[in-house]
Formats: sequence, structure tokens, C-alpha cells
Amino acid sequence: MNPEQPEEPGKPAPPTQRGTPVGRRVLLGTIGLGALGVVTAPTLQRALEGFLGAAAGKDPTGLTGLLPNGGGFRYYSVTTSVPHKDASNYRLTVGGLVDRPKTYSLDDLRALPQTRLVKDVQCVTGWRVPDTPFEGVRLSDLLDAAGVRSGAGAVHFTCFDGAYTESLTLDQARRSDVLVALRMQDKEIGHAHGGPVRLYVAPMYFYKSAKWLSGITVTEHVERGYWEHRGYDVDAWVGKSNGRDDDPTS
Amino acid sequence: MTLRAEAHTPAATEVRRFGPVQKWVHRTTAALMGVCVVTAAFLYVPQFAELVGRRELVVRVHECAGLALPVPVLVGLVSRHFRADLGHLNRFGPHDKTWLLAVVSRDKRRSSRPAAKFNAGQKIYASWIAGATLVMLGTGLIMWFTHLTSIVWRTSATFVHDWLALTIGIVIAGHIGMAIGDPEARSGLRTGKVSREWAKREHPLWRP
Repeated sequence: MNPEQPEEPGKPAPPTQRGTPVGRRVLLGTIGLGALGVVTAPTLQRALEGFLGAAAGKDPTGLTGLLPNGGGFRYYSVTTSVPHKDASNYRLTVGGLVDRPKTYSLDDLRALPQTRLVKDVQCVTGWRVPDTPFEGVRLSDLLDAAGVRSGAGAVHFTCFDGAYTESLTLDQARRSDVLVALRMQDKEIGHAHGGPVRLYVAPMYFYKSAKWLSGITVTEHVERGYWEHRGYDVDAWVGKSNGRDDDPTS
Repeated sequence: MTLRAEAHTPAATEVRRFGPVQKWVHRTTAALMGVCVVTAAFLYVPQFAELVGRRELVVRVHECAGLALPVPVLVGLVSRHFRADLGHLNRFGPHDKTWLLAVVSRDKRRSSRPAAKFNAGQKIYASWIAGATLVMLGTGLIMWFTHLTSIVWRTSATFVHDWLALTIGIVIAGHIGMAIGDPEARSGLRTGKVSREWAKREHPLWRP
């Protein structure tokens, strides 16, 4: 029955001979360390972010980017696959409660006045990328060109991944730090980052900055977007929504 | 999780190592852990995330597999044989200390690595992975049910969940590596039987 002590077959071993319950101690110790980790996480995380941030700057392999808090953007998509679009087939339509609905090609957008903003990007899941340049057309310019009708109160965004949607109130959409972005990090926006054109809502959590933007519809009321149907806040101000207290980005 | 071993010839010199319950617990736990690890990679590694997308579905599968992870062990507790094995894994004798000291001093001689049914390394692995799984379950639940706790606790839980996930990934890779290196140990978990010769060589103090 107790092969741990084969020296005494047949006899039930007294407790001292059954061996020390090291296994139980390891198990409880691991749980204790986990709990301690949760309690000390804010301090540990600050220290690690500093260290990894510095290491990532000198790391040619990019492996530090895979470590937790290693910095950099993360790719989130809600669909299985997203079609690739470029200057030849990309179109952005502006419609809804406007006087002059219009469809823009990539070159049309490039020909409009461009605005460059350099601010932090803050994801609602916690990661933050400092000082990221975005460049593109102010959303307010596109809305003015289309002529928003009276009675309109919000703007709804659709994406060519076929699933993602977002919304802003008209006042939010007219802010000068809300762009239809064509460039990010001083490069054309690649497919993985939502290119060729994505929304950039500087003062809000990054889920508001819809990738693969293909449609802008002016509506009467705010329609909830993809993640907002799943519990995220509609007014996603950084530091003042979703139960988070991050430093504001804009 | 077990890989195909060389053709296994049943012989009269075989001894029983594991019963059906132990085999089932190991297999289902390994499958659930596999689902957790793979879905975690889809959620976490940007290249895989880009390949798979469908974030909401992947999150749901990860949550369900994680929640179910302790269930096979709990179900296994109904078996006397499984409980006895847990007892063997828990209790350390003087020979386990010898075994661990031999590992520390890189002494590879068989005589310096005495082991009963489980060697000290297997015992520590089993206890640690059980504790780590419970920590992952706890922190995972905090991340899942966001309304339960404040943002500070959630961020802290995420921090522990992320780093422990990385550690578990490395440890499991080691566990699988050891199994790949010992076909008969794998066949022991697949068929329940091992040769008397292997038992004597790898687990000299084990009296099946």
C-alpha cells in the first residue's frame, strides 16, 4: 500500500515514516507566491516596465516585445480574416444625414490638408505606447465637406473587415484631435495596424480608433459599436471610463 | 499529449503502473492544458493573433478550458488508486533529498538518483503545476468577471497571469521534453504498464 517505504512491507507506516508532505508545501507555497505577486504587482510592474522598456530599445531580435509589458502594439481582430485594400480598391464613403454624400479614394484623402498629432496610445486592456505619431485628414473637415444636416447628433463608423463598428457623438467627432488617419509612426498604415485608413480618436481608449475604416454615416443618435455591445463604455475617455484611471492621452 | 512510442511488446515481465482513472485524468488534463496554451498563444503572440483573429471566440474557449482544468483531478479523487498516487506525489522521503542533491551537483549516476513510484522531480513538478493552475484560475476569474474587483486588482491579476503563463509554458515544454526522452515512461501512461526492467532502473525503490 505504501511503496514510498518499501523497507517495511505489510506494516502501515507510522506518520513520521510516511515522509514529509513536501508536495503540499510546494502547492501551498506556489499559491502563496501567486497571491503575493498580485499584492506587490503595482511595484513589480513599474520596475519591470522600466527595465524592459530600456532593454527593448537595445534589442535587435524584437523578442522583448513578446514579454508581458514588453511594449509595442498588439494585434486584435474580431473576424477570421480581413481583406487587403490599397490605393487601387480602397474607398471611404461619407453618407447618412448629410447634404452631399461622397466617396473618397485613397488619393482623394491624400490630397486633403493633413494634420499630424503625436500622443500616447492607451489600450483598454492596459498596454500603452508612448509618443506615437498619427497623420491624416481631420474628421471635422470631411463632415463639413459633406454638410451635416440639422437634427444629426452622432457619427457611425463601419469597417471593411465586415464586423467592426464604432460611434462618436457629433461634438466628439468634430474635435480637432480626431483624424481619419493615413499614416502612423510616420509610415503608411500597414494592414496589421488597420491600414490603409483607420480612425484615430486621440483622447479615447484605442478601441474607438477603428481599423480598416470604410464608412462614415451621420446619424441622429449614437449607435453602440462592436465592443460597446459587449460591455465597453461608449464615451471612452482615457482615464475617465471603463473603470480605469490611466493618464489622459489628449 | 503522449506521443507514439516504439512498438510495445507485452511480456510477462510487465508491471502495472497506472490504472484507467490515472490515465484518463492525465489525458483530459493534458488536453485542457493544451487548449489553454494554444488559445493563450492566439490571444497573446501578435503573429498568431493576426493569423486567427476572432478574438471574442478565442477568449471564450480559453475561459472555458481554464475553468474545466481542475475538474479531471477532482473527478479522479473518487478512485482509491488515484488518491494513493497523490499521496506518493505528496510525501518526500530521505531518498528524494538524495535525488535532488544529485540533480543540483549534476550527478547522473543511477545509484545517486533513488526514486520510488515517482522521483523527486516528478513530485515537485506535480505540486507546482497544481498550485500554478490554481493561481491562473484565480487571477483568470478576476480578469474575466471585471465587475468583481477594482481596476488595481484587475491590473495586478493580469500581471501575475501573464508572467505565470510564460513560466508555465516553459515548464510544460520541459515536461514534454522529458517525456519525449523516455518512450517507456510515455507508454506507461498510455498502456498503464511498464517493463519490470524499466521500473527497476528508473524507480528502484518502487514496489508495484
